[in-house]
Amino acid sequence: MIHRIDVRAQDGNDPLGASISQQIRGLGKNISSVQTSRIFLLDTDAQNGDISRIAHELLADPIVESAEIFSERESSSTQSRIEVHLKPGVMDPVAASTEMAVRDLGLPIRQVRTGRAFLINPKLDRKDLELIAARVLANGVIESVHFDPYCPTKFETGRETQTQIRQVNLRNLSQPELTKLSREGHLFLSLEEMTAIQNYFREQNREPTDIELETLAQTWSEHCVHKTLKSAVEVEVRDDQNRVVSSRRYKNLIKETIFASTKTIENRDTDNPFCLSVFTDNAGAVAFDETDAVCFKVETHNHPSAIEPYGGSATGAGGVIRDILGTGLAAKPIANTDVFCVAYPDATRGPLPKGVIHPKRILQQVVAGVRDYGNRMGIPTVNGAVYFDERYLGNPLVFCGCVGLIPRDKLQKAAQNGDAIVVMGGRTGRDGIHGATFSSAELTDTHADEFSHAVQIGNAITEKKVADIILAARDLNLFTAITDCGAGGLSSAVGEMAEKIGATIDLDKVPLKYAGLRYDEIWISEAQERMVLSVPPKHVSELLKRAQDEDVEATVIGTFGHPNHDLILQFRNQQVGRISMQFLHNGIPTPTRKAIVHAPTSKKSAPTYAPLSPDAIKKKLLTALAHPNIASKHWIIRQYDHEVQGGSIVKPLVGPQQIGPSDAAVLRPKLSSRRGVVVGCGMSPQVEDPYEMAIASIDEAIRNVVAAGADPDRVAILDNFCWPSVDDELTMGSLVRACEACRDAALAYGIPFISGKDSLNNQFTNKETGQVLRIPRTLLISAIGVIEDVSKCVTMDLKSSDARVVLIEPNYSTDIASLGQLHRAISKLIRAGKISSCHDISDGGAIVAAAEMCIASGKGLLLNDPLDTESAFAESPGRYLIELTNRAETSDLDRIAKVTNFATVQKSPKLTFKGGPELEVTDLTRAWRGTLDW
Amino acid sequence: MKPRALILRAAGTNCDGETAYAFQLAGARTESLHINRILENPATLDQFEILAFPGGFSYGDDIAAGKILANQLVHHLGDPLRRFIEAGKPVIGICNGFQILVKTDLLPGPLAGRTGQTATLTNNDSGRFIDRWIHLAPRGDKCIWTKNIGPIDLPIAHGEGKFVPADDAVRQALWDQNQVALVYANEDGSPAAGKSPNNPNGSVDDIAGICDSTGLVFGLMPHPERYVDPLQHFAWTSRAPLSSEGQGLQIFRNAVVHVTEAVGAGV
Repeated sequence: MIHRIDVRAQDGNDPLGASISQQIRGLGKNISSVQTSRIFLLDTDAQNGDISRIAHELLADPIVESAEIFSERESSSTQSRIEVHLKPGVMDPVAASTEMAVRDLGLPIRQVRTGRAFLINPKLDRKDLELIAARVLANGVIESVHFDPYCPTKFETGRETQTQIRQVNLRNLSQPELTKLSREGHLFLSLEEMTAIQNYFREQNREPTDIELETLAQTWSEHCVHKTLKSAVEVEVRDDQNRVVSSRRYKNLIKETIFASTKTIENRDTDNPFCLSVFTDNAGAVAFDETDAVCFKVETHNHPSAIEPYGGSATGAGGVIRDILGTGLAAKPIANTDVFCVAYPDATRGPLPKGVIHPKRILQQVVAGVRDYGNRMGIPTVNGAVYFDERYLGNPLVFCGCVGLIPRDKLQKAAQNGDAIVVMGGRTGRDGIHGATFSSAELTDTHADEFSHAVQIGNAITEKKVADIILAARDLNLFTAITDCGAGGLSSAVGEMAEKIGATIDLDKVPLKYAGLRYDEIWISEAQERMVLSVPPKHVSELLKRAQDEDVEATVIGTFGHPNHDLILQFRNQQVGRISMQFLHNGIPTPTRKAIVHAPTSKKSAPTYAPLSPDAIKKKLLTALAHPNIASKHWIIRQYDHEVQGGSIVKPLVGPQQIGPSDAAVLRPKLSSRRGVVVGCGMSPQVEDPYEMAIASIDEAIRNVVAAGADPDRVAILDNFCWPSVDDELTMGSLVRACEACRDAALAYGIPFISGKDSLNNQFTNKETGQVLRIPRTLLISAIGVIEDVSKCVTMDLKSSDARVVLIEPNYSTDIASLGQLHRAISKLIRAGKISSCHDISDGGAIVAAAEMCIASGKGLLLNDPLDTESAFAESPGRYLIELTNRAETSDLDRIAKVTNFATVQKSPKLTFKGGPELEVTDLTRAWRGTLDW
Repeated sequence: MKPRALILRAAGTNCDGETAYAFQLAGARTESLHINRILENPATLDQFEILAFPGGFSYGDDIAAGKILANQLVHHLGDPLRRFIEAGKPVIGICNGFQILVKTDLLPGPLAGRTGQTATLTNNDSGRFIDRWIHLAPRGDKCIWTKNIGPIDLPIAHGEGKFVPADDAVRQALWDQNQVALVYANEDGSPAAGKSPNNPNGSVDDIAGICDSTGLVFGLMPHPERYVDPLQHFAWTSRAPLSSEGQGLQIFRNAVVHVTEAVGAGV
C-alpha cells in the first residue's frame, strides 16, 4: 500500500517558499506567500505506527519541521495547491536514499517516490496556476504537475522485455527513402553515410538489425566523431567583389591546423616535455611534476540544457568529470570550470518563441545544476564566465570543464584480449536515449517533446562512489583500460575500447533501473554515472568485491577480443548484432566540404576615439560596470564550493573583502607541495571577424593565467568551438578561419592545444514563424598552467598606497609574436616579485580594469592622464594593468611594449580623474555588484 | 607513539583527504575507513584514539543534511560510539560531520531536561549554499578542541548550517554549561549579532560550533582543515610576512595533545 507523508517547516521558516513567492511576483502575480512541503510516497507493508515513526523519526527534522500523514480532505478554499512529482523512471536520488534509511529503521519498503507541494496564498485561478507551474516550478519534460493532492494507489512498473529481433529493410531503399529513415529513426546520418551503410549490408548479403543501425549512427554522430572538423575542406578565398582570388585545401582540417601546431611545439620541447598525452585520450595531459601529470577537458552540454537546464548542466558536469575519471587509467578530479552563454535576463520580455525557456530561469537552473553536481562530488568549481547575447535565446551554451591529477605511469591504457567488460555505477534506464545524435542536430520548437527521453538526470553521489572505487582500484592495477559512458552510452564506450580487438557483449547482463528495455535501448542509453572497465580475469573478483564493499554496482557484461575483431551483440543467447570494427571506425565516408573565406581588405587604419567629457566618462564607467557581461558574478561563485580538497590558493573572489574578480584560479593539488595549477579562460564572441575573434579569445585566456602567475612555457590551452550550422559555405569558412587562427596563435605564443571539442548546429528554428536564430560563432579557450611555487602568485586587488600602476600595451596588437613576448615578460616580472597586483584588461577596457582593482581592494587610484576619449574603454589583446612593488622598474618591458604611467594607488577610496571628477569606490562597487545580485 | 585518528567516510563524504592531512600535520597517524567496515565490525573503533566525521554530502544529504548517516549511527553504532567517548577520546564533526552528530543524540547531548536530538542545523536563511570565509571567536573553556584559540578566520561551504536549539531552555543551557565553543564574529572579534554576511546563515546566537557536556565531542560548520597553511587564506597576497601556519591547525593539534597527555597521565 502507498502511504503519503508531507513534511513542512514549522514557524514559517521556509526559505524555498520565500524565494518562490518572489519569483511568482516577478511574473506579475500579486500573491502574499508560498508554503512548501516535501512529499514522500512510500509503498510499504509497514503498519500505521511504523509509518508514524518513519514520518517523525526519519523524514521530518524534530526541531524545525513537522510531518503529516496524508489523508483525503476537503481542498482549501483560501489556498491554491500545485504539486510537482517526478515522472516514473526519472532519476530520484532522494527516493533511493530514503528506501535505504527506512531499512536502517528495520522496516519493510518496496519503493519510495518524492515530490513537492506548493501552497499559494491567496487562491488563484487555474490559468495562473498553470503559468506558475510552467514558468517557476516544474519542467514538463521530467515532472508532472497536479493541482490536487496526488496519492496513487499503486506505482507503474515496467513491461516485460520484448526479445524479438527487428530487422530494418535497408538494402532496397531509394535515396529519398534513406533520408527519410535517417530522420525518422533519429539517426541524423547524411545520405552519403546512409549509402555507405547500405553498401556494407549489401556486401554482407543481409539486412541490418535495428541495433546495428543505431550503433553506426551513434559512432558516426558529429558528437562522437567530429566529422566536420576532421573533414577535407576546399577553401575558396574571395575578394570584396566576391571574385575568387585563391584557394587552398585541407585533407583534414583540424589535423593540419590545430593538431599540427601542437606537434611542432612538442618537437621543440624534447628535453623536458610538457605535453604528455594530446588529442588521443578523453583529456589532454601535461607534466605536473616528476611523478604526476595534470589533464584537462572541457565539454559542452548545450541542447540538453536548452530543454531541461538543471539536468542538462548537472549531467554536463557529471559527464566531463567522468571524462577525467576515464583519462588514462583514471585521473583524480581536482577542479571544475563552467562557462554559460545565455540571452540577457532582464531585457528579454514579452512572449518567448515556443519551446524556449526564459534566460533568467535557464541561468538560475544551469548554475544550480553545476552547483549541486560539483559540490556533491567534492570537486571545487574554481573558474568560469558568463556571456550574455540575445542570439543565445533559443540555444544557450553550457560548457563544463574538469581538471584531473594522474600518475604519469598511468597515462596509457589498452584493453587486452580476454579481459572482462565490466560496467560500474548507475543502472541503465530509458533516460538519455539518442543524446549523441540529438546533440548533433539543430533545435526546433518541438524538440522538447520529441526528445524528452534524451534528457538525463544526474545523481552525483553515485558518481562519487564510483570515483572512490576506481581511484583505489587504479592504484592496485586491477584494470587495463577504462572509459566513461557518455554520448552513445555503452555503444560508444565499448566500441571505442574494443576498436583494435573486438568484443562480445551480453546485453541482458546489464543491470537495469526497471524492466521493459529493449536490447537496443540498453545499448545506446545514456543513463548517467556509468564507467566501463576492462579487467583481466584474475582481478575480476577483487574488483567486484571492492565495489560491493562500498555499495557500488559492478557487473561483467562481456569479454574483450574477437578473432575477426568484430563487435558481437547478444541478448538472451541470441545474436542481435555483428559489425566489423574496421567498418564501424573507418567506414564513415569523408566527403570534401566547401568553404568560402573573404580575403582581408586593405590594412585597417588605427581606430579613432571620440572625445568624452569628464561627466560622460563617469556615467559611461558606471554603465559599463553594471553591464551583465562585466558585472560581478558573485551570485554564482558563492554557490560553488571552491575550497573543497583544501588546495585553493588564488580564489575566484579575491581581496580583503572577498569581492574582487580574480583573473584565474590557482590551486595546489598536492597539499604538501608548493607546486600549483592555474586555470583560466577567454571568449570573445562579440568580435565579428572569426580569425580576430579566435586570437582575442586565446589572448584573453593566456592573459588571465599569466596575470595570476603562470609561466607561458608551462601553459597549455583547449578549444571548444560552438558554431551555428556549417551547411552554408560562408559559415564553414568562418570555422576554417578560426582553426587557422588557433594554429597561428599557438605557434606564435609557443603554447600548445592539448584537447578540444566542437558543437555544431547551435541554432534554433521557430517552426511557427520559420525564423532561424543562430548563435554568434563562439570559441571558448580554456588555459591550464603549472606553477612551480604558488607563493609567487599575485592577485588583482591593489596592495600599497603610493604604489605606481602602469598600463602595458603591445606595440602592435596585430603582431601575435610580439604578444607572446609580452606575456612572457609580464610573467617574468611577477615571478621576480616586481609586481604586487596584476589585472587583465578585457571587457570595458583599461578604465573598467582600474575600477575593478579599486573595488577589490577598497583602495583608490589617482589617474595620471586626463582619459578624455573613448580609448579608456577600448578592448584589444595584449593589455594589462600592473601595480609595481617598491622601486621596481619596467625597463625589461620598454623594448617590447608600450608602458604608460597610468595611476598611483591612494588610500582614499576614490577613483580620481586628473583634473576631472572623482568616483567613490563604494559607488563603483554598488554599480558592479548590483546587476546580478539575485 | 603518535595517536591514531580515524577518518570515517561514507557515500558522498568528500573532505576526508584534507582532514586526514590536517591531522597528520598536527602529529597524528590517520586511517580513512568506510562506514560499512565499522558496521561490519564496530570493535574497529577501539583501535583509534580520535574519531573524525569529515565534510561532504553523506548520502547526498537526501531527506536532510547528514540525516541518513545519523540514522545509521543511531540504529547500528550508538553503543560503540558512547563507549568511545566514555573512554575519553575526542570526536570532531566538521560541516556535514557536525550535521550528522547533531542529528544523533551525541551533540550537544541531553540538555534542559530533553533527550534525543536537542538542536538542529537547517537551511541557511538565504535558502542557498554559501561558500565564503568568515571570522570566528572562541567561547567557553569546556571544549578540548578550541583550547588556546583566539579569533580566527575559516571558510564555510554549506547550504544547511543554521544552528537552531530545540527551545529557549536548550539555548540557555548551552551557554550556561559552556557548550558553545565558536561563534560567528565581525572582523574585530565582536559577535556578528545575527547580521549577514558575518553570520552567514542566521544561526541562533551566532553559534558556529558546540561541544557536548564532556568537551570531547565537537562539531562546527566552518572548515578548519582548509586553513592549515597560510597560503590557503583568502587574502594572503596582501599579508606580509606570512604566518607560519594556518589558524585551523591548532584545532587538530589540541586533540592530538589531549590524547597524548591523557596517555601520558595513564588515563
